[in-house]
Amino acid sequence: MRTLDTSLISQCVYRLARKAGITLTPACHALLEQARDKESGAAKFALDTILENEQIAAREQMPVCQDTGMAVILMELGQDVHLTGAPLSVAVDDGVRRAYADGYFRKSICDPLTRVNTGDNTPAHLHVEIVPGEQVYITFLPKGFGSENMSRLYMLTPAEGRAGIVNAIVETARLAGSRPCPPVYVGVGIGGAFDSCAFLAKKALTRDAGTPNAREDVAAIEREALEKINALSIGAQGFGGKVTALGVACEIAPTHIAGLPVAVNIQCHCIRCEKETL
Amino acid sequence: MKKLTLPLSPEDIAHLHAGDGVLLTGVIYTARDCAHRRLFELLDAGKQLPIDLKSSYIYYAGPCPAPEGKACGSCGPTTAARMNTFAPRLLDLGLCGMIGKGEMSKATREALVRNKKVYFAAIGGAGALCGNAVKTCELVAFPDLLSEAIYKMEVEDFPAVVAHDSFGASVYAD
Repeated sequence: MRTLDTSLISQCVYRLARKAGITLTPACHALLEQARDKESGAAKFALDTILENEQIAAREQMPVCQDTGMAVILMELGQDVHLTGAPLSVAVDDGVRRAYADGYFRKSICDPLTRVNTGDNTPAHLHVEIVPGEQVYITFLPKGFGSENMSRLYMLTPAEGRAGIVNAIVETARLAGSRPCPPVYVGVGIGGAFDSCAFLAKKALTRDAGTPNAREDVAAIEREALEKINALSIGAQGFGGKVTALGVACEIAPTHIAGLPVAVNIQCHCIRCEKETL
Repeated sequence: MKKLTLPLSPEDIAHLHAGDGVLLTGVIYTARDCAHRRLFELLDAGKQLPIDLKSSYIYYAGPCPAPEGKACGSCGPTTAARMNTFAPRLLDLGLCGMIGKGEMSKATREALVRNKKVYFAAIGGAGALCGNAVKTCELVAFPDLLSEAIYKMEVEDFPAVVAHDSFGASVYAD
């Protein structure tokens, strides 16, 4: 049994949030460069601007995008860890609050009805999964909402099968069009239930961009969907071009014999995701 | 890239075509979902707006707070399509044009043609680069909306693309 004070988790969330707000992942950067080299005209201008913006953000320590997002935190908590100190959610929110204030990040969280802003970007969107061991794995994903708004959930029938899954992914990208800041990155949940399927899609976004699913039949769906999305020719910012998506990442889980849930979570070209193990 | 000073003259507008790259210099006002709703409440109540539409460009954006030594924090565009509910009426009342990201509706495009105005697309996600083009930033209305308030900004060489022009053409494929 390991004892861990939640103030250390708070500090970790702070570090991850500060870095994530101003930095694209190396995998995202590489995919953007590859995309730029394939394009011409307005799409190339857009990708050049996006890559220049990444450098400015790093140099001047400014948020890479003004939508510093909803603070999504995926935590894998070892079952042999005994947490002490402030309650976990309080500690996490404290890390988010301080990071968004100190980093000059935008506070984008509000009441859904009154639209009154909470003023400090809390509460964080915290998912905790209990895992074996005595370590804590923390992933911080600042999720912008221009892309989140374009996400969809499909409750397909088993008969619709693999082709239905690919169609759902491609249709979501087609309907999103120019609005979510393409080239997008597409997280997909396959299976589970209404709620867990959507979570799988979000979790897929935290995988290193460009890394295929370990299951070959799932990786084949990723490849086919990516090819079909890029054939839509929406292009960077919707200006037309060869690269509409940087990648498709699917996560899979067992589902009910009566159903085939598919969730498609759209991520913009600003893939910001930081991880740390405590 | 074509350098343009806001407000645009009718000649400027006549020479702008979908797909043209531009660098904008002049005054713009930020407004997004909540600010638009407030503007409509004022219009419906017959009250005066905090901005003069006939000399204003609206930038669909909500900036990050300005750090020490800067006029503005990161400030890229937000999705323009959410403002389709509002744009046609504001254009008919004299709004000079808009800046945002992504395509707008048929109704908005028709209002642009009807009023001979242009919608520009800034580069979504390029928050730091866009924020650095903002030279002054002043709160104008609705301070309780925080980043969603209306800010008056002077921008210099702000990069954008003509997305929907005054002739009905679009940079986006139909």
